[in-house]
Amino acid sequence: MPSKVDSEASAAERVDPGISRGDVDGFQLGGRIWGSRLIVGTGGFRSLEAMERALVASGAEIVTVALRRVDPLARGSALEVIDGLGLFALPNTAGCYTARDAVRTAQLAREAFETDWIKLEVIGDDRTLFPDAVELLDAAQQLIDEGFTVLPYTNDDPILARRLQDAGCAAVMPLGSPIGSGMGIRNPYNIQIIVESASVPVVLDAGIGTPSDAALAMELGCNGVLLSSSVARAKDPERMARAMRQAVEAGYAARRAGRIPRKLHAEGSTPDQGLPDLG
Amino acid sequence: MTIELNGRTVELSPGATVADAVIEAGADRDSRGVAVAVDGQVIRRVDWGKTKLRSDQSVEVVRAVQGG
Repeated sequence: MPSKVDSEASAAERVDPGISRGDVDGFQLGGRIWGSRLIVGTGGFRSLEAMERALVASGAEIVTVALRRVDPLARGSALEVIDGLGLFALPNTAGCYTARDAVRTAQLAREAFETDWIKLEVIGDDRTLFPDAVELLDAAQQLIDEGFTVLPYTNDDPILARRLQDAGCAAVMPLGSPIGSGMGIRNPYNIQIIVESASVPVVLDAGIGTPSDAALAMELGCNGVLLSSSVARAKDPERMARAMRQAVEAGYAARRAGRIPRKLHAEGSTPDQGLPDLG
Repeated sequence: MTIELNGRTVELSPGATVADAVIEAGADRDSRGVAVAVDGQVIRRVDWGKTKLRSDQSVEVVRAVQGG
C-alpha cells in the first residue's frame, strides 16, 4: 500500500505537468541533470569582470554565448571566463533571420564549442525580435536531423510549442515578452497551456525584468528560466543575479508546495468559535 | 591570391590554407571557440592546415562572444 507521501506525490503528478516530467530531483535538460534552473545569457554586461561576478552569484551552470567575426582588437575572452568558472557554454544563433543562416551558425557553433547543443533563435524582424515561426520550425527540423540538441526560443504559442516538441526539440523556450524589454510575462495563460501540454522541459526565455517575473514563470510550471538583460543591465548585476537565483528557487518551491486557490471573498484563518463576548 | 576574409578583401600567398586565413583574421588557431566557414561550408579544425584556398573564395572566421 502506498504511503501518504506517495499518494500525495502522485496527486501532484496528476495536476502538475512540470513535476510529472520527471523533474522533481533536478532540472532534466538534454539528457543531463542540472543543479540550477536558471540559465544566464552573457550579453550586455559592462565588462567581463562584471559578467564573471554575476555568473558566480547566479549559480547558473548553463550560460549562453554567441558567434561573431573575429575582432583582432578585442580584449579578453568571454569563453575563457566561462571555461574558468567550469560552466557549460550554450551557443546561440542570435541575429539569424532564416533557417539557412541559423543552421550554418549552429554548424559553426558545433565546431567552435565541440557541442551539439544549440539555442536556436530565428527572428522575424529587428524591432520586435519575435521568432519567425516558419523559419524556426524548418531550422529545428534540419538541426534535429543532423543530431543537434535543439533548444528553440519560441513565441508564447502553444501550437508552435507542440510542433517544436513533436519535431524532437529537447525543450521549448517561449518568450514572456520581447527580448530585453523587461516586460515580464505578458500572457501567463498561454505559458500555462504550453506547460500543461509539454512533454519536454519548458524554459521561459526573454522578457524577464525583475525577480518576481522569474518567480512567476516557475510558479506557472516552467522548468527553468533563461534571462540576460535583466541582470547584465541592472545597476548592480551581481546583486540582481543573486536575486534571480533566489526567485527561481522560490518560484519552483512554491509550485511544488501548491498555492491556495484564488477567491473573490475573504476566508479568515482565525476560528470564530470561542470569541469572547466583550459587550 | 585575393580572398574575401570577414568582409575584407585580403591578399594571401598562393597555396595559402584555411589555417593561414585564421591567423590573418587575428585569431589564435589553437584557441577554443573559433570556427571557419569557406563559401558557407564549415571547415573542421583538423582540416584547416590541409584545406587550400582558391582566389575569390569567401572566408568567415568567427569566435565566441558574449550573447544572450
